[in-house]
Order: sequence, then C-alpha cells, then structure tokens
Amino acid sequence: MKSLLGIFLVGIATPVLAQQDHGAAVQQEPAEPHAQHQVDEPGGDPHAGHDMSPKPSEPTDPHAGHQMPSTPAKDAHQAHAGHEPGIPDPPVAPPSAAALGGPTHAADAVFGVATMAPARETVRKEHGDIKSGMILIDQLEAVIGKGKDGYAWNAQGWYGGDIDRLWVKTEGESRFGESLESAEVQALWSRALDPWWNLQAGIRQDFGAGPDRTYAVVGVQGLAPYWFEVDGALFLSDKGDVTARLEAEYDQRLTQKLILQPAAELNFSAQDVPELGVGAGLTTAELGLRLRYEFVPEFAPYVGVKYERAFGDTADFRRARDEKAGGWQLLIGIRSWF
Amino acid sequence: MTQTIDRRSLLRAGAVGAAGLGFSGLFPAWAQTGSLGLTPQMPTLSGQDIHLKIANTPFTVGGRTGHAVTMNGVLPAPLIRLREGQNVRLHVENTLDEDSSIHWHGLIVPFQMDGVPGVSFPGIKPRTTFVYEFPIVQSGTYWYHSHSGLQEQQGHYGPIVIDPAEPDPVAYDREHVIVLSDWTFLHPHQLVTKLKAEGGYFNRQRQTLFGMLRGGPEESMSASDRAMWGKMRMDPTDIADVTTATYTYLVNGHGPQENWTGLFRPGERVRLRFINAATMTIFNIRIPGLPMTVVSADGLNVRPVAVDEFQIGNAETYDVIIQPTEDKAFTLVAESIDRSGMARATLTPRLGMTAPVPPLRPRPTLTMKDMGMGGMDHGSMAGMDHGAMAGMDHGAMAAGASAATADHGSSHAMGSMNMRDKSLVPDSVKVGVGVDAIAMSPVDRTGDPGVGLENVGHKVLTYRDLMSLTPNPDTRPPQRTIEVHLTGNMERFMWSFDGEKFSEGVEPIRFERNERARVVLINDTMMTHPIHLHGHFFEVVNGHTGSYPRKHTVNVLPGGKVSFDLTADAPGDWAFHCHLLLHMHAGMFRVVTVRPLEGEAA
Repeated sequence: MKSLLGIFLVGIATPVLAQQDHGAAVQQEPAEPHAQHQVDEPGGDPHAGHDMSPKPSEPTDPHAGHQMPSTPAKDAHQAHAGHEPGIPDPPVAPPSAAALGGPTHAADAVFGVATMAPARETVRKEHGDIKSGMILIDQLEAVIGKGKDGYAWNAQGWYGGDIDRLWVKTEGESRFGESLESAEVQALWSRALDPWWNLQAGIRQDFGAGPDRTYAVVGVQGLAPYWFEVDGALFLSDKGDVTARLEAEYDQRLTQKLILQPAAELNFSAQDVPELGVGAGLTTAELGLRLRYEFVPEFAPYVGVKYERAFGDTADFRRARDEKAGGWQLLIGIRSWF
Repeated sequence: MTQTIDRRSLLRAGAVGAAGLGFSGLFPAWAQTGSLGLTPQMPTLSGQDIHLKIANTPFTVGGRTGHAVTMNGVLPAPLIRLREGQNVRLHVENTLDEDSSIHWHGLIVPFQMDGVPGVSFPGIKPRTTFVYEFPIVQSGTYWYHSHSGLQEQQGHYGPIVIDPAEPDPVAYDREHVIVLSDWTFLHPHQLVTKLKAEGGYFNRQRQTLFGMLRGGPEESMSASDRAMWGKMRMDPTDIADVTTATYTYLVNGHGPQENWTGLFRPGERVRLRFINAATMTIFNIRIPGLPMTVVSADGLNVRPVAVDEFQIGNAETYDVIIQPTEDKAFTLVAESIDRSGMARATLTPRLGMTAPVPPLRPRPTLTMKDMGMGGMDHGSMAGMDHGAMAGMDHGAMAAGASAATADHGSSHAMGSMNMRDKSLVPDSVKVGVGVDAIAMSPVDRTGDPGVGLENVGHKVLTYRDLMSLTPNPDTRPPQRTIEVHLTGNMERFMWSFDGEKFSEGVEPIRFERNERARVVLINDTMMTHPIHLHGHFFEVVNGHTGSYPRKHTVNVLPGGKVSFDLTADAPGDWAFHCHLLLHMHAGMFRVVTVRPLEGEAA
C-alpha cells in the first residue's frame, strides 16, 4: 500500500509545472481518496494500471503540512459520517433593493425594446407553453357472439396545453350489414385538476336506432392510484333524464410488448327511460379482458372476451324485446394512437 | 509554451504512421475515426475571426440518413480552439428558414454575447449574420450549441478547447475530444408529442409480470413495493425520458457501429476531453481495464482523482488522463443512464484493433432515496438534513422507520404518506398540476455516484471527490439562501422550477451584483436534472470549503439536493435551466438577473 502511494507521488512530480513563479501553487495531495478502498476491494483488479497512471498534478509547496486543505478522502469520509459539508446555509432572504433596481430587461439597452420584445415572447412560449394532441383508438373491434356478428369502437382525441384541452370521445356498436345500432359523440372541455385528474364538461350527441338524444356532460377522467385509468361522467338529457357511466381499465404488462387489459364499465340511470330501454338503477355492466401485442406502442392488435349484461328493469326491457339479459362475446381488434 | 510545442512535434511524428487515412467530409477532422488526436495539422477553427454557417444538412448514421442542423456542414460542429487572453470575433451566418443562435456553454462573456434568444439577444434571424465578440478569460474544455427551439437535438453543437495562457498544469502527450450526443431520426417535436401523449413512451424496460416471475436484477423489487410505487402512480423504471428506443448514441458523431477510434502510443499520457452534448441523455463513462484520472470538471482544473467510472450530466465536461501502457485496444463505453443503450468508441495503438464491447448492465431501479426519502433511511441518516426532518410529523417518522431498509425496497409503509405535502415547501412553490411529488426528506447527494452506480464494484466519481486545483476566488460566506425546487409531473411531462413553468410568466431570480449567495437546489422529482446557470461559475458545496469545485452545470440526483455558492459578478440577464433539452422546453427554465448593470450607479 505504502509503496503504491509512493509510486503515485513519484509520478506526480511531473516537470511540466514550474508553478512557483506565479504563486498559485496549491499543495497537491495525490487526491486518490479511494486508492485504499480500491485495493481492499475483492473481485479482480482492473486497477493494475494505477501505478502507471501518474497524476498530472503539481508538486511542492513549502507550506505543505500547515495550510494544507484536507484531502477529499478525509472530507468525504466525514461527510458520510454525518456532517453536512461546508458552511451552514444562511437564512432564506429576498433579494436586496439594489438587486431589484436597474432596467427590467438588460438586453433592451443593447438591442432595443422593439427587437427584444417579440424574442422575449417567443422564448416564453418555447419554455412551457406546449400545445399537443393525441388521437387514441382504444378499441376498434369485431364482436363475435351468439347471433349476428357485429363491431364496436371506443375512441378519443384531445388537443391543447397542459391544463385546458378540447377532448372528443366517441363510442358505438352495431351489427355487420345493418344500420347503425347505437353511437355517441362527446365534445368536452377538459381542465386539469391535479397531477392526474381532469374535470370534463360538454355535450354528448347520440345517434343510431333509438331516439337521438342530446346530453349535457360533466365528468372526471384520469389516473387513479395503482395505475387505473378511470373515466366517470354524469349525463343530463334534453328530456331531463339523468344517467351516469363509470369506466376503468388497467394495463397489466406481461412483457414489454404483451399487455393484458382488464376493463369494466357500469351504467346507471336515475329513472326509467322506456324509449331507451333503460330502467332506474344499475342498467348495464360490462367486463372485458383484452390481450394486445404492441408491435410499436402506437399499434397493437388484440384478442379478448367481453361479458355484458343488463340488470333490473333494463334487463326486463331487453327480455320484452326477446333479447337475452346478457352474454359472452369474443373480440378481435386493434388499439392504435397517433 | 515550450511544453505545447513539444507535444505538437511529438504528435507530428506520430502522424507519419497514419498518413493516408481517407477523411470524408462528413466529420470535422478531429472527429474522424482513426483520429490521431488534436494536432495542428488538422483544420480546427482558431484565431481572432471565426466563421460559422448554420445550415440544414443530411446526416448519416447506422446506414440511415436523416435531417440535421449543423454548423459548417459537420456534426458535431468544428472544434473551436482558442487561447486564454485572446479576443475572438465569431461570425455566425444563419442559412435556415427559422431563427437560430449559438450559446457558448461555460464561457464567461458579456450577457449580450451569451446567445440566448429573448434573454441575452434577439436571436439570429434567417439569412442574417450575427457577430459575437468577446475576450477569452479562461481555459479548458467547453462547447457551443443552439439555444433556439430544439435545434440542439438536430446536431447543432460542437466543442471548444481553450489553451491556458500559463503552462498547463495538466501534463499530456496527446489529446482527444470526446463529444457525446444522442441522435434521433424523429423530429424533436415528435419526441415532445409522444411524451405528452404518454410520459413513459420511450421506456421499453418496464417491470413486467413475466419478468417478475423470471426474476433477475431488473425485477428484484418485491410485489408489495411494486404495489406501493403503483399506488403513487410512479414508475421505478422511469430513468430516462428518451431512450435507445429512438436514440443512437454518438461519439464524435459516430454511432456504435461506426466505432469512432482514437489513437495512442503505449505509454503516452492521453488527455480525453469529454463533453456531454446530448439533449436528453446522461452517460456513465468507463474504459474497461483502464483507470482514468479526472483532472478537470466543467473546464476548470481539479485535483486529480483516479476513478474507474463517472457519470456525466448533459452539458458537463470532464477532462481525464489515461495512460495505456500495453499495445492493445480499449473500448470506451458511455452507457445511457437507463442502460438502454451505449455510445462506444475505441482507443487503440493501431487502426483496426478493437477490444471487446461489454454488454449493457442491468437497468437500474429507483429507490426510496430517489423518491426523496433519503433522510429517512438509516443508511444515509448520516448525511441527512435535520431541517427537512423537522417538518415531518411523527406518523411519517414511524413509517420512515419501517422504510429504513428503503434502499433495499421494503417500503410498503410509505403508501399511506402524503407524497405532495405542501407544508414541506415554501409558499413560493406552487404545488399544482405540474407537481406530482414533493421530496419528504431530501438529502445532500453530492457523495453519491449517480443513479445505478451505487454498487458497480469499482470506484465511481462523486462530486465530493472534486476539489478545485486553485483556491476559490471568493471565500466570503454566503449571506442569504435561495431555495429552488425542481418540480415535475412525469405523467403529463410537465417540468418546472418551484411548480411554475417559465411560460407562466414567472419572476426572475434576482441577485445584487457581487453578492455572495447560496442556491439550494432541491429535487422533488425522481429524475436526475443537470442544472445550468449561464454566465457564471458557482462553487458546489461539497465539504471542501475554500476548494469547492467550480462548475457551470450540476447534476441534482433524484430526491436529493445540491447547494452551490454563487458570486453574482456578471451583470445582466442570464438563463438558468435544466439541460435536459425537453425539460427546459417543457418549462424548467428561469431568467437570473444581476443588477446594477455595467455603468449603472450602484
């Protein structure tokens, strides 16, 4: 050990630095705080080269020993041993009056306000005022069950800044070769409430076989603890009916590309709406399980199953139409975003 | 002076053996593979008048060609080699259809020459030329890059080397500049769009169910800890926002396949000047089989420190000396911090020789310390800040006790704690949508080597190893503290200081000219942020009072804090920002003012 350090010191005495003439010479410790640890460390020695790597540092200080700053090794060790290093923090204080004085923008005096003002506005916008958007086709799927096969979609898109966004959602389903069974489009203003949740309000328009209702919408959408994507909304129709919907989904990553996504949707109604085949209370529930493969994050085909059924009066309305209250369906689809 | 000449004649002798290297026009001479090192024969830009032309250029790497924004047609841009004490005029012509600019990173210049559009000057309009002129008052390794839009991501960066007026205290026989960067074929605005759509978009190293069943170092986190991280909506694998999923990591403009090669003669002392010119990549650098001696940081000399590896944040520079004695090749490895990929180069006595390229090491996993609970971990209790601790209630402490083994992950008790406790931050911090966490007990992490480097089995540089070679010029104790919180929302890809994006019209951070102040950077996020202050060197408070390392950019580790002492001696307006380009673009940017200005009454 000692001899190793000795070799270091010899190496340090490079002739290059005749620093004496400008008096800035600083005592050079080998500054090799870890030479000791190094050698003690087990497991191979990638450091065989150390002694051949002389330190390009300065030699000789007549005052070596007095004024000498402590070595990194010592200080680092002290720091680890429990002392905040250095001078303690002075009190937090606002800037002095002199700091607040002078021109607002230093560059104006050099380049002129007229030149600087637009540049200043650009630099402001380019540091945080980002507008972006996304279109997410979460589900676009063929639905295979008893009876005639059909299709369904669930998609949304948004555009805006970090806080305020225009948010459009659409979903619907039908059977192949038949006219549109049911579909809806929502146009919402979305405002970020906290790091994860958005308040959304706007209108919803329904299309399809039933009466084409229009609704006022208010809801929240966001990310719940444990990474659940949640979307809940209340709907007030132009006929005064109140309904609600709660959706949640979760991405269970099996591998980096293979993702199992359980999803649930519950629909509620505050009253019977016979024209829509809806009874008061829990109207329908849907549980889905989709297994997708992300060739790239933006493009992922999937297979899945879905169980959907109606409850209470809603189920009775269905039976009255000679439909089953619920059942299983097989899904093949694509999830995509851009 | 004589020393310099000697070194150069020696290099000239070395050049004979490598005559006939075919240099293409794609790279500046010093960045050519098979580089002999920096020699006077190689055209670098130097002298009183330097001409740079910013232009759209194709750039090819890995057999694919994309669009770059370059200077003088090369990527990286030409080496600018100056001498301390000279004056320089830099004529910068912008041939783009958009504004551009050049910031001289680390150079002490008058504010109007600092090159930040909207702060120091108006920017360089399309098809105009701007002339920068300033005296060179320092020496060392620096760099230059665009401060306009996201041009830096497109290749708008290059190295600067300034030779000292006095004999160089660092002795070396040969030198190579190593410009590290990250290249993508996506337009930089697409990076932003993808990250806004999905904060973890580029992370392809997440924890998975099959991975957990299979086990291994990347998946060692227990199920209960996974649940705890999940409860907080935090991803312990979110180490880098942009990864090798789109990046090719470059050494002097060369991808790993192109394998930039630098030459040496066995026994020579070779100075490697590392510059991290990457936009979104922090690198871990090592040369297996060859120790490195760090001799300068951010351009300024430090007492030599022997290390096997070091982490370099964006915009930092480190000079190291290596002395390979054997007649064999060495691989220079620069792993990205998330270990999704690497930049690779070869140092060899003869062209054509290569050394094995080590495999990427396992992806690191964030710990409780990275979450800002370092002060609650017995392992690092020593370094903990009692002030921060005082702000915690006993309930939190109890949970902290059970998280004492935090670094090993038993942390389920943390789940019940408030991760956004506003009482822990001053009122000046706006804890809104853009702040997804507040560090509960941040600790000084200048003694830590960086994320993923805690247990690599060899010596890794820490900031506490750095001591200025010369005594600090201003040893007055700081008179006041300015606390700056580094804040963010990983999910929405929002980044800010004190919870407010620059675009929200924030107040500048104001200093009185020549005042001595301490700036405490507290990282409330779970990412490492390289924070850069323009126009100044500051002293990183690391225990070596009077010999603090002086830097222009400092990495603040996740959940940690860094204090620096500043002498605000440069009047004017200066940019202050995270040097992860997209963090800056997302709002992590401030203006620092120093008043009174030159000529103003005090």
